[in-house]
Amino acid sequence: MRPHLLALLAKEPAHGYELKQALEQTFGSAYPSPNIGQIYVTLGRLEKDGLVRSVDVEQSNRPNKKVYYLTAKGRDALTAWVEEPTEGPRVRDEFFMKLVLAPLTGIADRMALISRQRRHYLSLMADLNDLLSGTDPRDRVAGLLIEGAMLHLQADLDWLERCQEDLA
Amino acid sequence: MSAVLKAVNLVKIYSGGALPVPAVRGVDLEVEEGEFVAVMGPSGSGKSTLVHMLGGLDTRTSGEIWLDGKRVDTLSESAWALLRREKVGFVFQFFNLVANMTVADNVELPALLAGISPKEARERRESLLAALNLGDRADAAPAQLSGGEQQRVALARALANKPSVLLADEPTGNLDSRNTRDVLRLLGEVHKQGQTIVMVTHDARVASLADRLVSLFDGQIVDDGRITRRRTGTAGEVIDLR
Ligand SMILES: Nc1ncnc2c1ncn2[C@@H]1O[C@H](COP(=O)(O)OP(=O)(O)OP(=O)(O)O)[C@@H](O)[C@H]1O
Ligand SMILES: [Mg+2]
Repeated sequence: MRPHLLALLAKEPAHGYELKQALEQTFGSAYPSPNIGQIYVTLGRLEKDGLVRSVDVEQSNRPNKKVYYLTAKGRDALTAWVEEPTEGPRVRDEFFMKLVLAPLTGIADRMALISRQRRHYLSLMADLNDLLSGTDPRDRVAGLLIEGAMLHLQADLDWLERCQEDLA
Repeated sequence: MSAVLKAVNLVKIYSGGALPVPAVRGVDLEVEEGEFVAVMGPSGSGKSTLVHMLGGLDTRTSGEIWLDGKRVDTLSESAWALLRREKVGFVFQFFNLVANMTVADNVELPALLAGISPKEARERRESLLAALNLGDRADAAPAQLSGGEQQRVALARALANKPSVLLADEPTGNLDSRNTRDVLRLLGEVHKQGQTIVMVTHDARVASLADRLVSLFDGQIVDDGRITRRRTGTAGEVIDLR
């Protein structure tokens, strides 16, 4: 979550709760709602590393609030994050390890593993379908995120079929 | 519970060529009323052959097919054709519409042949085409439509006679994601209204609408089970943003 908070702070200084709201607003219903405790912990670490700094702002009738802002070092870290190439989503695949290794154990045959995995993927897809139909069509960020997840799942299923053709 | 459609030890061996090709090798399948069954499997695994036989479009080599409690594999070709009109809707992998009829007539014809009144046939056609975003293409000829549009017309036609069972072979094969969404919505709706569906598809989004998945491999069913839904309602468990 570190770079996400840095990016939001690059726009304007904010306190913890505002950052939580900004994440929710930006990503809409598709974002796993960020935990406020985790946001504060992350901000603490960023501050310790010198990427953000905070000032106490007095409030009438309430305890002071801490407003965080980005440092020059923080901006450099953010730039580096944006510019570095992003890892593809599939570098490790646990299911593939099971598929290759399971026959050695005699626990399950490959055909059964593949069939079970296929239905699991389709269950995930059904969840995404429900999620998409429950998403406001104007919420494009959430919509694209869900569609992206669907396309990944479709690729996983296609690949499962290739595994079935070649290994089973 | 009564099975709308049932296959017992169904076998198809194509024997036209130099070597006989066993395309379907002993399939047992029961589809309950209102059930939505997705059929998946690699290319050449026998999916099209299976659904063609179930719809009486291809003859079986051996085994039995039952439709609405009636044995149908032993029927004469003309008796089958008659029954099919009333009870089966079919969407083909390669859509085939009647070229010299308008879209509207293509969709209304099966309903009329099934004995539905002209007024009802027209109303049903209008609502189906509207649901598939084709309301304004009713007077076009099939050749004036894109592949995706033709496929959607084929789906509307298959549903026009309110069949006991809708058999579909890759109904979204030619569709882009937007057109697929229209088809998904309509399939979801008719399924909710109790339409029994057996559908071959490679499209995971379409398959995930189904209650049950049948996996074919080498002409045999290698898996047959429910597609469960967790109904989480939140994205957290499905999407992992880092
Ligand atoms: N008319 C035919 N004559 C001879 N063999 C055929 C005929 N139709 C299909 N086959 C063979 O039967 C097997 C099953 O074919 P089928 O069309 O049912 O596969 P499928 O699962 O629908 O594949 P795809 O995903 O490519 O549509 C294949 O080996 C195919 O070559
Ligand atoms: Mg086929």
